[in-house]
Amino acid sequence: MNPYLAGVLLGLLLTLTVFITGRGLGASGAMKSANVAVVETVAPAHASANSFYTDYQAEHPEGVLKNWLVFEVIGVLIGAFLSGLLSNRLSLKLEHGPRTVGNIRIAGALLGGALFGFGAQLGRGCTSGAALSGMAVLSTGGIITMMAIFGGAYAFAYFFRKLWV
Amino acid sequence: MGPLVPDIIGPNLNYVVALFIGIAFGWILEQAGFSSSRKLVGLFYGYDFTVLRVFFTAGVVAMFGIVALEHFGMIDINLIFINPSFLHSALLGGVIMGLGFVIGGFCPGTSVCAAAIGRIDAMLFVGGSLLGVLLFAEMYPFMETLYMAGDGGNARVYESIGMSKELFVLLMTAFAMLAFLATSIIEARVRGESITPLRVSRVPVVIALIGGFIAVSAYILPSQKDSVFRSTAHILSAGGGGVAIPTMTVDEFAFRLLDNDARIQIIDFRDQEEMKRLPLPKAVSFTPDNLFEKEPKQLLSRRRILNVFVTVDETTDHRLAAIALRLGLENVRVINGGIQAFESEILEFDDSLVPQSRREVDTFRFRSRASKDLQSVIASSTAAAPVRRTIQRAVGGC
Repeated sequence: MNPYLAGVLLGLLLTLTVFITGRGLGASGAMKSANVAVVETVAPAHASANSFYTDYQAEHPEGVLKNWLVFEVIGVLIGAFLSGLLSNRLSLKLEHGPRTVGNIRIAGALLGGALFGFGAQLGRGCTSGAALSGMAVLSTGGIITMMAIFGGAYAFAYFFRKLWV
Repeated sequence: MGPLVPDIIGPNLNYVVALFIGIAFGWILEQAGFSSSRKLVGLFYGYDFTVLRVFFTAGVVAMFGIVALEHFGMIDINLIFINPSFLHSALLGGVIMGLGFVIGGFCPGTSVCAAAIGRIDAMLFVGGSLLGVLLFAEMYPFMETLYMAGDGGNARVYESIGMSKELFVLLMTAFAMLAFLATSIIEARVRGESITPLRVSRVPVVIALIGGFIAVSAYILPSQKDSVFRSTAHILSAGGGGVAIPTMTVDEFAFRLLDNDARIQIIDFRDQEEMKRLPLPKAVSFTPDNLFEKEPKQLLSRRRILNVFVTVDETTDHRLAAIALRLGLENVRVINGGIQAFESEILEFDDSLVPQSRREVDTFRFRSRASKDLQSVIASSTAAAPVRRTIQRAVGGC
């Protein structure tokens, strides 16, 4: 799809989301829900001693998985799967740069994911929830986070160039 | 008036809405090519700027859309989630996310999207982010101070830098356009293709034209608030300006107060001092801005309840009532002569007046009694409280 057209559709979707629900899009919040759900099941005593878990439980009296973003991310899985199906892109594969091997890509994906997950908690949102949605509602915090994400990525890109080019 | 949640769309239906919004979100991300890590990080190495194009176009379109909805009075911005600004955690968290981006090749949304079509690296990235969240959760007791430092509330960026909202949106749009142009030159260089940055294709031109049209119309058409205020600016006296405002006599008002009539509701626009000097029973304190907000407006639209507007003087009564009528609120009344007439003719009724007609005999008898009885009603009233808000700002973010 033409990237500008995709951008317009995404922008209209975000506007509609704000008009209907009063909030923007997101992604990493669902991972927080999943994390709290696992910890409170596996180690309930441990969870009740940490305000990260107890605050989240207090915000979700009907269960920590009953969260707007959990439903939205399930939708993302369905929508992306349908799109991949229709465009013939469904296949199990490990994508990596031309000068790197599978094992390095595996380590990179895990480490990068962990950093992103950690950073998204600290920064109160990821590229969707803080940067894109924050820019849309002209939030100072969201725009600072956006500049920090892209600025940080450009600053570190040189050191990891062998992973990609 | 938006947002439609929670009063038009209930909390449970909202989860169904979330699912459908998610489906559209996932579909757009996947169609844009965001399910490939090599494409995503291309922007950091200059060989593929798709992410920048999609991201900035979406950001500018949504920014435009939300500013327009606010401009034309279609959403109550006080109920919209504005990401809170915590300077330290936003900067540090953002830089860590940037590092994660170049090492992992995804961000959370795109990793979910790529995992859905079978990318193993994306599934690992999702697993990694769960571990990252767990790490943060376990470290949270030590991080709480940093997490809460530099609280700037729900700051909006144009206010933070002292600029008008419209100018900021315009500058952002111009910046995005420049970025599109510059990155297409860089991209062509890195790929070793010939540079044709000014190649004009249909889609961007149509999009730019629509955007330009919306922008121009927003500058030409005043915001809903301005136009409504302006339409009542010519009301310089009670009953002036050709707007018929339904009125209520001071006697009727006094009678309803004494009767403790549940079918009237006093909407008090006076300042705190005046409300303390002469409190009215069960009054709700309003500001003119409240008339444009979602929940206060609902309070004025209750069926079979008359809203008696009380302001500093009769002319202002009429002006605000005219605004309310323009906004489609019907059950509005003003007191004949305003609160001053109510004070002088009822509360401070002069018993020594001699009635000139039979009608005045009755009126004066009522007023004489009312001036005494109302003293206790007013003494037992307290200054009006601001309009109660039960709808909270939406909870958002990640």
